[in-house]
Amino acid sequence: MQPRTPLGRLFVYAVLLGLSFVFLAPLLWMVSTSLKPIEQTMTLPPTWLPRAYYATLHGHRVEVTRDQQLPDGRWQVTERSPTKMRTHKLATAIVPANQIESRIKPRCENYRIALATMGGRSIEEADGTVPPRQTGASPDSAVSFGTFLANTVLVCLLGVIGAVLSNAVVAYGFAKVPWRGRELLFAVTLATMMVPFPVLMVPLYGVFKSLGWIGTLKPLWVPAFFGNAFNIFLMRQFFRTIPEELSEAARIDGCSEWQILGRVILPLSKPVLAVVALFHFLFAWNDFLGPLLFLTRKHTFTLALALQNYQSQAGGIQWHHLMAASVVVILPIVILFFLAQKTFIRGIATTGLKG
Amino acid sequence: MTIRERRHLRNGLLFCAPWLIGLGVFTAYPVLASLFYSFCDYSVLQSPVWCGTENYRQMLSDTVFWLSLKNTLVFALLSLPAGTIVALALAVLLNTEVRGMPMFRTIFYLPSIVPMVASAMLWMWIFNGQFGLLNCALHPVLGVFGLQPPGWLGDPTWAKPALALMSIWGVGNSMVIYLAGLQNVPKELYEASEIDGASTWRRFWHVTLPMISPVLYFNLIMGIIGTLQVFATVFVMTGGAEGNPARSTLFYALYLFSVAFYDLRMGYGCAMAWMLFVIIIVLTVTATKLTEKRVHYAT
Repeated sequence: MQPRTPLGRLFVYAVLLGLSFVFLAPLLWMVSTSLKPIEQTMTLPPTWLPRAYYATLHGHRVEVTRDQQLPDGRWQVTERSPTKMRTHKLATAIVPANQIESRIKPRCENYRIALATMGGRSIEEADGTVPPRQTGASPDSAVSFGTFLANTVLVCLLGVIGAVLSNAVVAYGFAKVPWRGRELLFAVTLATMMVPFPVLMVPLYGVFKSLGWIGTLKPLWVPAFFGNAFNIFLMRQFFRTIPEELSEAARIDGCSEWQILGRVILPLSKPVLAVVALFHFLFAWNDFLGPLLFLTRKHTFTLALALQNYQSQAGGIQWHHLMAASVVVILPIVILFFLAQKTFIRGIATTGLKG
Repeated sequence: MTIRERRHLRNGLLFCAPWLIGLGVFTAYPVLASLFYSFCDYSVLQSPVWCGTENYRQMLSDTVFWLSLKNTLVFALLSLPAGTIVALALAVLLNTEVRGMPMFRTIFYLPSIVPMVASAMLWMWIFNGQFGLLNCALHPVLGVFGLQPPGWLGDPTWAKPALALMSIWGVGNSMVIYLAGLQNVPKELYEASEIDGASTWRRFWHVTLPMISPVLYFNLIMGIIGTLQVFATVFVMTGGAEGNPARSTLFYALYLFSVAFYDLRMGYGCAMAWMLFVIIIVLTVTATKLTEKRVHYAT
């Protein structure tokens, strides 16, 4: 459809731009908060840009925090301490507004501190103002961000490899090999898609417990190597659109079924392989319930669980650090999205898949 | 069986072997086991003891169970219609032939790929009663009428609407599905209706909606199934499985989780899970029956 009048066109643009702001504002707000010093996260009205204020106190030009505006327009300011550990009493003064210099200054150190404290270190330890506790005695007292990242990447990559390999092989069995019982098994496969996860949850916990996998990452990636009903369905539908003559020709040339899959079918199926890989990666990166159920100790946590754990331990005021950690968790997904935007949109539009 | 058939059978089973194992170990066994446990008194510490329909009877008199079901349905009634309308409206807007459509599509879609825990974290901050972005924006507007903005997640009345509002932010998936549906509507239909003198609104009502009804139906069903199982965002945003504040966000999946894994009443948890399965099937069948005559499949 096309807006008929220039006025209609203008109206559509105005609405689109307004809505764009509404949809982007939360993300901008997140980035903005993550770059602010803590006192600027709690100002009314809120500001979008992280700033630094400078004033001359007792003859020294120092960075200050604006604590309170007096009725006459002047500000009560306090010298800003670089760390929480105070070496001397901080100077305060009342300064006219025009003598406070304001500059835009993103606090990138929020990210360093957030990542360092995410695993349980205190801010002082992360700052280096106190020596880090010995971590040898209890492996869970403090874990580095790198451990969470490594766990998540491991679960994602192994899962993606497993999902692509297993579903391609199984889908080949469903799409290209005419065997007795195939349709029945396929119907059963589709039926399992109806089962909600809570039904499986308790016995799955039992299965993984008897395998000795509780507290390890295995429950999060090993099942990917054994197929998934929806992905099998997706790949089977795609494989069926590849002309049977190609397989026949390869068979006459002496190819085995494995060779047909590897040399004929898979090279033609890159779009569907990409969709399965992408959505499994997303699922594994975002999964919260799985890690919550099956991981017990901090050094095995994935980023999603570590972020929630960080929030519940840090309490309610360190929003600048929480937002910095959240940005770090989101960023790889956003980059992936911009690299593979077409695959995303095609994947959802053609399958109706819920990312 | 001919040699050829036998070879096909062998190959077929061989290729499907990973799934046969996966289906058995990770789906079929858990389904049957949880059905069995639902008739048992079972904690992981001791082996299950058969107790007949005790768990199901207990459920009927468990006020917290009913509360969690009510909370979930109220949340579904808040978020599903609102989400559908917003997603469809965005898709219609994007379907107008304006320049920069891919950019707008990216912007509206972006929030739905944000990892759930991270978006939960972000919205906790936005809903912050004192310094949150939402209340800072609402304060001057409501102030004109002498009203105060609510405490959102801290207020039992507003916690569910807050979660529904947040879910609208992530409608990108359904929006893309609707957009694909809209783009498949043949242009001739619009041209024909225009010649017949139909207004924009009538064209939307009598051409667009019937043509995309299968997509609407699909999204409705997926929405019901997804909303009834909402867990992660609520768990993160309300600080655990208690459903704070005042159990106002104690949703079905949260109560099920806490019963099974905190109280270790796994038999009862399984019974609740099967009840959820039944509820999903009943709602899906009802939705299908109600929309049957209105869902139009092009041939």
